[in-house]
Amino acid sequence: MAVLVYAEHDNAELKKATLSTITAASQLGGEVHVLVAGTGCEPVAQQATKVVGVSKVICVDNAAYGHQLAENVALLINDLAGNYSHIIAPSTSNGKNVMPRVAALLDVSMISDIIKVIDSNTFERTIYAGNAIATVKTSEEKVLLTVRATGFDAAAAEGGSATMEKLDDVQDAGKSTFVSEELATSDRPELTSAEIVVSGGRALANGENFTKYIEPLADKLGAAIGASRAAVDAGYVPNDMQVGQTGKIVAPTLYIAAGISGAIQHLAGMKDSKVIVAINSDPEAPIANVADYFLEGDLFTVLPELTSKL
Amino acid sequence: MKALVAVKRVIDYNVKVRVKADNSGVDLSNTKMSINPFCEIAVEEAVRLKEAGIVDEVIVASIGPKEAQEQIRAALALGADRGILVQTDEKAYPLQVAKILKGIAEQESAEIILMGKIAIDDDNNQTGQMLAALMGIGQGTFASEVKVEGGKVNVTREVDGGLETVALSLPAVITTDLRLNEPRYAKLPNIMKAKKKPLDEKTPADFGVDMTSKQQILKVTPPPERAAGIKVASVDELIDKLRNEAHVI
Ligand SMILES: Cc1cc2nc3c(=O)[nH]c(=O)nc-3n(C[C@H](O)[C@H](O)[C@H](O)COP(=O)(O)OP(=O)(O)OC[C@H]3O[C@@H](n4cnc5c(N)ncnc54)[C@H](O)[C@@H]3O)c2cc1C
Ligand SMILES: Nc1ncnc2c1ncn2[C@@H]1O[C@H](COP(=O)(O)O)[C@@H](O)[C@H]1O
Repeated sequence: MAVLVYAEHDNAELKKATLSTITAASQLGGEVHVLVAGTGCEPVAQQATKVVGVSKVICVDNAAYGHQLAENVALLINDLAGNYSHIIAPSTSNGKNVMPRVAALLDVSMISDIIKVIDSNTFERTIYAGNAIATVKTSEEKVLLTVRATGFDAAAAEGGSATMEKLDDVQDAGKSTFVSEELATSDRPELTSAEIVVSGGRALANGENFTKYIEPLADKLGAAIGASRAAVDAGYVPNDMQVGQTGKIVAPTLYIAAGISGAIQHLAGMKDSKVIVAINSDPEAPIANVADYFLEGDLFTVLPELTSKL
Repeated sequence: MKALVAVKRVIDYNVKVRVKADNSGVDLSNTKMSINPFCEIAVEEAVRLKEAGIVDEVIVASIGPKEAQEQIRAALALGADRGILVQTDEKAYPLQVAKILKGIAEQESAEIILMGKIAIDDDNNQTGQMLAALMGIGQGTFASEVKVEGGKVNVTREVDGGLETVALSLPAVITTDLRLNEPRYAKLPNIMKAKKKPLDEKTPADFGVDMTSKQQILKVTPPPERAAGIKVASVDELIDKLRNEAHVI
């Protein structure tokens, strides 16, 4: 039987997390099909047909799916489920919202946030904020998973030639409606797929200091900007910048943490980065335990110096 | 209307977790246990809805060992009215928990069901969504704002791109994110009062639920350790290392 990947996109672009999920899907055995549900989402479906490893793309273009309301999308996936041994999605906020709902409709358990495929029924995932790794085996006939993008390389976006099927399956559960959204816009790379991330913590003291000290360094490095929970809670930066157990999981080539203590919940979101730099005035800060390079100092003098010398 | 809040007993978020030497799991002996932080936010939100006159009764439920009474009592001390412990010594997986919660929500005719977005032990982030599916009702996950008006609830959700607001008809399930509220501290008189609030005991069988899951944890291992890093003395040294040793800039 085949594997169904529920694609993450914004009706214009297939998101990179989908490519990592397709890699995970191709390790499960069987053909890989991709479901693109949305409004005006055909360009995304076209992109998905080119991804290496995908044999079929199912495009469902309807207003009911424009905002990926879980109540509607879950019914759609439930309709398609019969043909698949595995149904998987990226562990994005959307994948996390929809997939458990599908699992319950199918009366099966689900495995969240896998970081490794051992075999088609056995997976590794982190528990306790990354303090432990569990190997989980499932005997469900239908295996539902979400995939942590940092655990899998992205499948090649070009070179494939999948077929496309347009499907007309309108499911409106009538339980929810989209009201509004406030999406962050930025010219910087996206946090979860950036090569370099510069993050700031409580020590920044206010939002203006993010602009004054973190942004110039990020600009110089072409980096995305992240933050600790403390910085988000205090309103220095919006919630979509939070890195950690309950924020975004990142694993860039270079992660620079300025004025972040390194609480376990923060480490859970970034300790798989290739190189970690910490700038902290406290040499005992726990971030020192994971930092490859630790520079003790006041970020208000270190960051401008670093920015100007790069 | 009634609010149902699901609270899970988990290892306290401040405790350093240790994997058992035989890789069978995490060592929980003599560790401090608490209400899952996200569930505490859910309790706080329910109590605020009661204080605002929208909810008239807050019921707290937990599925777990006898000791989970402590977490129910803690929730009662925050202002919830009564508790239900569904006692089991088996590991509680999200699908089974959702089935039990469905039983409770239906028995109680709860209109608003508040839960955490994630339990910080198993890090599943599933149960609320599953419950909403089983009940065939709407879900407002990762909530940072909840407004109940005229048979509907508007939930602002923390999503990857920023914030999204959805309107749900009631009943609905809401799962909490960190910034929904800041839970109060229980005052001593309230802790005393909580001891006298009703706490029912049930079993999974009362709701026709078998706790056996088709999932099995084969082993639990510590994460790979990062090699120890070095201290650099200056910005110049840092730049040199990043360029010539790590080759990342
Ligand atoms: C359920 C739960 C979930 C959580 N999820 C997350 C999560 O997803 N992500 C997350 O980040 N946190 C999360 N947390 C919070 C986490 O426990 C910490 O509270 C938080 O990460 C601390 O943020 P911080 O390091 O910015 O602040 P602090 O811990 O206050 O650290 C500030 C650091 O800045 C240093 N400093 C101060 N002044 C200067 C200066 N001038 N120059 C240089 N350094 C300076 C200090 O030495 C200190 O190390 C969660 C907590 C809970 C309970
Ligand atoms: N054993 C349990 N008892 C009560 N509530 C639970 C239990 N397990 C999960 N929940 C609820 O579901 C939420 C999400 O948990 P999870 O899906 O396991 O990450 C928790 O914050 C609780 O509100």
